[in-house]
Amino acid sequence: MGYSKLIKGLLLSMLLVIVGCGQKEEGTGTDTSSDSQTSSNTNNQAYAPTPDGNEQFVPVLSYRTGPYAPNGTGVANGFVDYLKLVDARDGGVNGVRISFEECETEYKTDRGVECYERLKGLGPTGATVFNPNSTGVTFALTEKTTTDKIPLITMGYGRSESRDGSVFPWNFPMMGTYWTAADVLVQHVGNLSGGLDKLKGKKIALVYHDSPFGKEPIPLLQKRSEMHGFSLTTIPVTHPGVEQKAAWLQVRQDKPDYVFLWGWGVMNSTSIKEAAAVRYPREQMFGVWWSGAEPDVTPAGDDSIGYSSVTLQHSAGSDNQVHKDIFKYVYDAGAGSGDRDRVGEVLYNRGMLNAAIVVEVIRNAQSKYGQKPLTGEQIRWGIENFELTQAQIDKLGLTGMVQPIKLSCSDHEGTRIARIHTWNGKTWEYSSDWIEASDAVIKPMVETAASNYAKEKNITRASCES
Amino acid sequence: MFYRETGQFKTSYQADQAIFPIRQDRIFILIWLLIGFAVIPLVASEYAFRAILIPVTIMGLAALGLNILVGYCGQVSLGTGAFMAVGAYAAYNFMIRVPELNPLFCFVLGGLTATGVGILFGIPSLRIKGFYLAVATLALQFFTDWAFSRIGWFTNYTPSGSIAVQPVEVFGFAFNTPLRKYFLCLTILSIFALVAKNIVRGRIGRAWMATRDMDVAAEIIGIRPMYAKLSAFAVSSFFIGIAGALWAYIYLGSWEPLAFDINVSFSVLFMVIIGGLGSIVGGLMGAAFITLLPLMLNQLPSAMGFEISTALIKHLEIMIFGALIIFFLAVEPLGFARLWQIAKEKLRLWPFPH
Repeated sequence: MGYSKLIKGLLLSMLLVIVGCGQKEEGTGTDTSSDSQTSSNTNNQAYAPTPDGNEQFVPVLSYRTGPYAPNGTGVANGFVDYLKLVDARDGGVNGVRISFEECETEYKTDRGVECYERLKGLGPTGATVFNPNSTGVTFALTEKTTTDKIPLITMGYGRSESRDGSVFPWNFPMMGTYWTAADVLVQHVGNLSGGLDKLKGKKIALVYHDSPFGKEPIPLLQKRSEMHGFSLTTIPVTHPGVEQKAAWLQVRQDKPDYVFLWGWGVMNSTSIKEAAAVRYPREQMFGVWWSGAEPDVTPAGDDSIGYSSVTLQHSAGSDNQVHKDIFKYVYDAGAGSGDRDRVGEVLYNRGMLNAAIVVEVIRNAQSKYGQKPLTGEQIRWGIENFELTQAQIDKLGLTGMVQPIKLSCSDHEGTRIARIHTWNGKTWEYSSDWIEASDAVIKPMVETAASNYAKEKNITRASCES
Repeated sequence: MFYRETGQFKTSYQADQAIFPIRQDRIFILIWLLIGFAVIPLVASEYAFRAILIPVTIMGLAALGLNILVGYCGQVSLGTGAFMAVGAYAAYNFMIRVPELNPLFCFVLGGLTATGVGILFGIPSLRIKGFYLAVATLALQFFTDWAFSRIGWFTNYTPSGSIAVQPVEVFGFAFNTPLRKYFLCLTILSIFALVAKNIVRGRIGRAWMATRDMDVAAEIIGIRPMYAKLSAFAVSSFFIGIAGALWAYIYLGSWEPLAFDINVSFSVLFMVIIGGLGSIVGGLMGAAFITLLPLMLNQLPSAMGFEISTALIKHLEIMIFGALIIFFLAVEPLGFARLWQIAKEKLRLWPFPH
C-alpha cells in the first residue's frame, strides 16, 4: 500500500508550513493597514509554570481569525502587550509575576467555553479573571463562573443588567454597558437636534448584529422612544454581516433621521459602504464603541468621513506615557504582539486599558489578601471594591484615556460617561463633551431585568450592605 | 486469531438473532462500556469532561440520529441543527412554562416536539429525493434560525435572544458536576444506541434500508415508502431533538440561535459521512473524530513546545483538519466503520494470513 508515502508527504508539508510561517503573524485577509511585521514575536505564550510559583495567571480569550479578526486582533495585542509591559517594567504586580496564555475563540461561543475550561485551572491559583471579549461567550460563562468562582470583567459589553452585583456577583461590565452606550447615543442625537424633546416625531433606525450583542440595546432604545416620542426601527443583520443590501434598502426607504450601528468585525465596514451606496449621510450614523475603530472605517475609504461612534472613554492615540513605556519595554525588546505602528489604535487602546484594569484589580486585591498569587474569589473582592482615582490614572500613564471609576456591590459598572468621536478620513476626533448616561432611565431597567433573571434561575438576591 | 468465530455454534434462534452474535464483539462492547462508565470517570480531568467527553457523547447521539435518516434510510438531510434547536427550545419552553415537570421528561418532550417537526418536514421527502431533499431540509434550518431569533415567545421574551437554562435536577439529584453530566449523557447515549441498533436490525430498519437501496423495488415488495421515510424522519429527529436538548442544557448552559446554525448541521453530517454511513458505531467514531481533532490540533503545537501564534495555530488547525478529511475519504470512502470492519477481518486471520 502506498499510503505510507502519502502520510510522509503530508507530514513533511505540514512541517514546512509550520517552519515557513513560524515568523509570520496576524493571519487576517481583511487587514488593510498591516505592512511589515517588525517584531518577530510570539503572541502565543503557552503557559509554563515558574519554578517558585509566585505568579498570577491571566487567561486571554482572543480571536485573531475569522470574520471578527480585524477587530479582535487589536484588542488582543493591546491586552497582551500591557501584560508584557507590567512584567518587563515592574517585574509583575508587587513582585508577583503575571503569566498568561492566549486561546483562540474565533468569537464563537462553543470555542470560547472550551477555552475557558482549558485555561481556568492553570497557574498556581487558577485563572484570575476572564475577559471573554464577546457578549455571546459572556452569556455562556455567566452560568459557569458562579460555580467556579472566577470573576468576569466585560468592559463595555456583556449583559447590561449584570451591573447589579446582588444578582450577578461575578460579572463586572465595567466602564459601560450597552444600555449606557445606547443612552449616551440618544442623548447625543438629542443634543444635535436641539434637545431631547425635539426628538419627537423623528425616526431612529438601529442596524444591529443579530446576536445577543446586537439585541442588547433594544430595550433601552424602546424605553427612550416611548419617553421622547421618536420612532424606532430595528433592522437585524445576520452574522457575520457581509450581506446587508436588504437592511440598507430598508434604511433608504424609511429615511430615518439617525442610524445607530451595532456591529462588530467586518459588519461595520460593510455597513458604512452600504450606507454610502444608498447615499445615507454618514454624519447621521452613530456606532456603538465596538463600531468605531480603524478597521471599521479604513476599508470604506473616504466613504467613512463623517461617521461617528460613541467611545468607551478613550479614542485612538499613542502619546501617553503608557505607550512610550510599551514601545520602550516591549517593542524595543522585540516582544511586541503586533505591528509597531498599530499601537495606539482605538481597539489596541481598549485591550490595553482592559489589561491595565485587570492589573489594578489584582493590586487592589493584594492590598487586602497579601502580595501573593490570589484566587478568583479574592480577586472578586478586589474588583468589587475597586476605585481608580485620577492620581492613579496619572501614575499609570493613562491620563485622558479614562475617567475615575468606582465600583460597589450595587454598581458593577463604575462609571457611565462617554464621548462621541468622529472619523475625519485620517484620525478619530472627539466631537462631543462627556455625556453621562441617565441612571434614572437605566437603573429601574437593570433592576427589573436582574430580578427576572434571579427569578428564572432561582437566585436569591445577595444583600449589598455588608 | 482474535476474531475467529470457529467453535461458536449458534444452537438456538435466540443465539442467531443476538445483537452481537460473535463472542469477541460482546467482549469488545463490554470493555468499551467498562471504559466509558468506570475507567474514564476515574482518570478524566474536569477539562476532559467538559470540553471533550460531554460534547462527544452528545454529538454522538446526534450523529446516531442523523445516521438513521441518511445512512439507513438514504434521505440526505441538512436540517440537523434545526432539529437540535427544536429539541432545545422545546425543552426550555416546557421547563419554563410547566416548572413541575421533571427535566428529563422535558428532554423527552423536546425530542417529541422535534419528532413532530421532523415528520412535518419529512413530507417533502415523499416527492423529492437526493440533493433536492437536502435543499428542502436546508429550508427548515433557515426557518428555525429565523423563528427562534424573531419570535419572542420561544425565548420567553429575553431581550437579547440568549437563553440561560435552569439547573437540571431530578428528584432532588442535581446534574451539576461534570462527572454527573457525563454519566447522564453516556447513559442516554448507551440506551439510544441500543434502541437504534435494535430498530435497524428489525422490520422497520429493513424497510428503511430497502428504501435506501432502491425505493421502487422496495415499494414493489410491499414496503410503504411513506411509512418508511416518515418513520425514519420521526426516529431520527427524536434522537437529534434529545441531543439538542442535552447540548443546550448539559453542555452549553446558555445559548443563542447561532448555537444551532447551519454549521452544526454540516458538522453532524460530516460525522456521519466520515464515521460511516449506515453504521451505529461509525456515527460515534465520526463524532469523536470531528469533535476531538480540532481541539487536538489546536493544542498540539504548544504541547510540543512550538511557540507560534494562536492565529497561526488556528489556520493550521483548519488546514490539517481539511486535509485529513480529504485523506480519509480518499483512502476509505465508507468511513471509519469500514476501517474497523477491515481491521476485524484482518484480526481474524492474524498472525497467519494466507
